[in-house]
Amino acid sequence: MGYEGIGASVRRREDLRFLSGRGIYTDDINRPHQAYAVIVRSPHAHARIRGIDASAARSAPGVIAVFTGADMAAEKIGGLPCGWQVKNKDGTPMAEPPHPVLAVGKVRHVGDPVAVVVAETKPQARDAAERIVIDWEVLPAAATIQAALQPGAPSVHDDVPGNVCFDWHLGDKTAVDAAFARAHKVARLELSNNRLIPNAMEPRCAVGEYDPATGDYTLWTTSQNPHVIRLLMGAFVLNIPEHKLRVVAPDVGGGFGSKIHHYAEEAIVTWAAGKLKRPVKWTADRTESFMSDAHGRDHVTEAELALDDEGRFLALRVRTLANLGAYLSTFAPCVPTYLYATLLAGVYTTPAIYAEVKAVFTNTVPVDAYRGAGRPEATFLIERLVDIAALEMGMDRVEIRRRNFIPKDAFPYQTPVALQYDSGDYHRTLDEALKAAKWDTFEQRRAEAARRGKLRGIGISTYIEACGIAPSAVVGSLGARAGLYEVANIRVNPTGSITVFTGTHSHGQGHETTFAQLIADRFGVPMSQVEIVHGDTAKVPFGMGTYGSRSLAVGGSAIVRASDKIIAKAKRIAAHLLEASVEDIEFKNGMFRVAGTDRAKSFAEVSLAAYVPHNYPIEELEPGLEETAFYDPKNFTFPAGCHICEVEIDPETGEVEVVNFTAVDDVGRVINPMIVEGQVQGGVAQGIGQALFETCVYDEAGQLLSGSMMDYTMPRADDVPYIQVGTAVTLCTHNPLGVKGCGEVGAIGAPPAVIGAVVDALRDYGVRHIDMPATSHKIWRILDAGRQRLAAE
Amino acid sequence: MYEFAYHRPASVAEAVKLLAADPEAKLISGGMSLIPVLKQRLARPSALIDLGAIPDLVGISVSATTVTVKGRTTHAAVAASAEVRRAIPALAELASHIGDAQVRNRGTIGGSIAHNDPTADYPSAVLALGATVHTSRRTIAADDFFTGLFTTALEPDEIVTAVEFPIPDKAAYVKFPNPASRYAMVGVFVAKGPMGVRVAVTGAGAKGVFRHAAMEEALAKSWSPEALEGITTPAENLTTDIHASREYRAHLIGVMAKRAVAKAG
Ligand SMILES: Cc1cc2nc3c(=O)[nH]c(=O)nc-3n(C[C@H](O)[C@H](O)[C@H](O)COP(=O)(O)OP(=O)(O)OC[C@H]3O[C@@H](n4cnc5c(N)ncnc54)[C@H](O)[C@@H]3O)c2cc1C
Repeated sequence: MGYEGIGASVRRREDLRFLSGRGIYTDDINRPHQAYAVIVRSPHAHARIRGIDASAARSAPGVIAVFTGADMAAEKIGGLPCGWQVKNKDGTPMAEPPHPVLAVGKVRHVGDPVAVVVAETKPQARDAAERIVIDWEVLPAAATIQAALQPGAPSVHDDVPGNVCFDWHLGDKTAVDAAFARAHKVARLELSNNRLIPNAMEPRCAVGEYDPATGDYTLWTTSQNPHVIRLLMGAFVLNIPEHKLRVVAPDVGGGFGSKIHHYAEEAIVTWAAGKLKRPVKWTADRTESFMSDAHGRDHVTEAELALDDEGRFLALRVRTLANLGAYLSTFAPCVPTYLYATLLAGVYTTPAIYAEVKAVFTNTVPVDAYRGAGRPEATFLIERLVDIAALEMGMDRVEIRRRNFIPKDAFPYQTPVALQYDSGDYHRTLDEALKAAKWDTFEQRRAEAARRGKLRGIGISTYIEACGIAPSAVVGSLGARAGLYEVANIRVNPTGSITVFTGTHSHGQGHETTFAQLIADRFGVPMSQVEIVHGDTAKVPFGMGTYGSRSLAVGGSAIVRASDKIIAKAKRIAAHLLEASVEDIEFKNGMFRVAGTDRAKSFAEVSLAAYVPHNYPIEELEPGLEETAFYDPKNFTFPAGCHICEVEIDPETGEVEVVNFTAVDDVGRVINPMIVEGQVQGGVAQGIGQALFETCVYDEAGQLLSGSMMDYTMPRADDVPYIQVGTAVTLCTHNPLGVKGCGEVGAIGAPPAVIGAVVDALRDYGVRHIDMPATSHKIWRILDAGRQRLAAE
Repeated sequence: MYEFAYHRPASVAEAVKLLAADPEAKLISGGMSLIPVLKQRLARPSALIDLGAIPDLVGISVSATTVTVKGRTTHAAVAASAEVRRAIPALAELASHIGDAQVRNRGTIGGSIAHNDPTADYPSAVLALGATVHTSRRTIAADDFFTGLFTTALEPDEIVTAVEFPIPDKAAYVKFPNPASRYAMVGVFVAKGPMGVRVAVTGAGAKGVFRHAAMEEALAKSWSPEALEGITTPAENLTTDIHASREYRAHLIGVMAKRAVAKAG
């Protein structure tokens, strides 16, 4: 066993299980006497349900039951709740139309669940589902933000006229207007941030079970936050008290945010299991995933940056229209507001910022958090705008950034958009990235590429993001309907092995390794003595789950706090055993020692004494060695960094190849460098995916044109170059580990670097900006127009 | 999938008999095109007639003038064949870029050309090389075989048993893959030899694979990429979709054709 503590690149312990096919995913769970649910979904983007005739389905072979929205409404089943309330500019609350589990009266997007068939086998359920006859009155649809805001547009919800969910703002309008009035130059940009479909490797799945003997319900589900699902589904949808509802999220094959939200199918299988007194399983096929997993991004934005004559940013004005889809998904309202506009200062000293965000309902799949959630949208906007400002000013892209960076001695730094950054050194991540990417010699590479007939460009982004959204009191005042602390329970077993119960959830992040390293570090025990348990409300006391790169910053901090409590108690036991005073006991490398002596007890000996309290300070201390901590952070954490991308464009076809990518990130203290690198690599791949390939396309009628892998372009291995990853650390000042977070930096930092490189490669074609994805088709059109212009001149 | 009966005949004759007896039955070869359709319940055959147990349908033979690939030969086998690589390297190369390793290990030439997906690769080789399609009852010239989107000259109870390719002097295939599916968004196969000079385009035609007469004429005069300079493709007959407009496809045909001629040498 080599060093396993903080800073060691320990191999991920969970990977053996995953790579050898021994993971237990929700679809691997099969309960005795289990029945299968198939959901009947709307083929229309917008339609009234005049009637549902399920008689032929009910009498089909193997069918146990068919349920519709009316059946659920008759039993007073609630709608899917929204976990965040945003207020309008005038202080009134956002429109919050009902989100029925199964559609009632009307469907609002292709894929909207209408009925469920439960049968003995899945093929039988599918056969029967085809026999359901629905009398539709097809209505005109509002499939895009622009269509939904047209005068006379169809109303997605009859009681939300104009389709505006909320019209919100942040910042100081007066100060911004004043700054613009005295600006030397103004950089302007209109852009759209393309809508993405998450596509985790594992499709969603849910198995519901009811035990008639005890009245207990169990739901196994592909979730990033089982306790949140228990809370939302139990309290708001099915009226099952929490002590009668267990939610298990076993191994989960990727989430990227799409498995945060409480989905209809979870409620359907749990409710149906109770009604039918049989376990009920539903597994999405990939086609269903495309039309029922919450999508991401989808903004249309106009922005202006005011500059003084030296290129200093004076003020930023932003108007964003955000697509929420047909219903409010669990955390949808906070994504284009508190996770977006609050980040608009970026890493810059822009003194005045004013952002307006109008959130719009459309006849499309609900939109919610997706890797980065709001921060990629903010970063893309700022970094593109800064590039355009450099063009306007005739300044170098690096120089204009440096000139406006928040200096490293200015922390804590209060931005004009609510956040207070605790630490960072943006010059350092920039310098290290420039060096690693050989920025200075780029022109040689450009010239060499030109000799090969290729257009080469380089792009840069210096981003910041916010992780571990907190503290609870603050997010509560901003509209969150939940706390955002995290929970750890540490159980030291009698022989000194340690079981850690964490309220975070690992679905690819490697917590079983990172958290075990933390414990090994704290307690001086080998990792083999540590078990990390997550994803089961019957085992873990409570937790808010994993998203927003919060697990280490918040969940890891809770583990540290619980560890401190264990060590404090163990020291008292050791003091008793060693007949010393507790102040004299040192704990190091797994040994409790009387300072300055060789008298010592091992961690295992002290653990055993706690459980076999024969010689024990029983008057002062309870036996046992188990502690719980709830950790509510004082602030967000603020990872930041610099990403540099080089591309080559084939001028004949418009194809873009990413040839170099360098990321230097400040993710705070690094516990496991290999895992951090893996997270950055994966995030950058997703960022490249957004920048060059992925986009969700609806036609005017609201049909999903990019509804399968045949038409939705995911990045593939050969689209992603070797990514050079480095870290340049400043510590978070307010959590005990000094950690910040690394799960989303790649997806946040990469897109503007890639697009910046594409625009740079096309600099001779008069291009200032290209919306994502920069497909070969789009680039060919630019090249073709440029060539025609040249020919005409 | 819906329920279906399953047959596994041991000879082509038996397969033809089963097929003729049941108009709702379908042949299955590699299943790489058929199975996805069945899984999505877009087809409801009464029976599947699996060609997998007919030994006579697998194999590659090369003579001085032809390469013959039997109907159930996989893409992987064609790609890996040293003889094909020697005789018609362009054909082996084309096969090596179809789908992914799993698809190449299952998918077959007979299935590919019988299916005649407008974005499939093989039809361009069959057409450009002037191949002869051998079936259970006759031979069909390439020019007569592909009749439209997902349609061919095959009768309902006719089975592709082999494809016979004349060996060209020069040939090459260059594909611009659809970024999502990686089928051909535009694929151009050029050939010169006993078949004359032929250029076949796949992925782009609104009616499927087609020959490019203007390019053939130009290349017949001078076999060089430069000969294609200025030759355009009318966009009206091309496909347009979320990945590429017909104008972009028309442009890519020109680029891919030049690259193919350059590659063919
Ligand atoms: C993920 C994926 C990626 C792919 N990518 C590509 C690609 O890049 N390029 C490409 O060209 N193709 C691609 N394909 C399709 C693949 O090449 C298929 O193998 C091929 O199109 C069909 O061959 P098959 O043997 O699988 O036929 P099957 O699926 O078994 O049959 C297809 C059709 O042909 C009929 N049929 C089969 N054999 C015969 C026969 N001998 N005589 C008469 N009729 C017959 C069947 O009845 C059926 O209607 C891809 C497929 C997949 C799943």
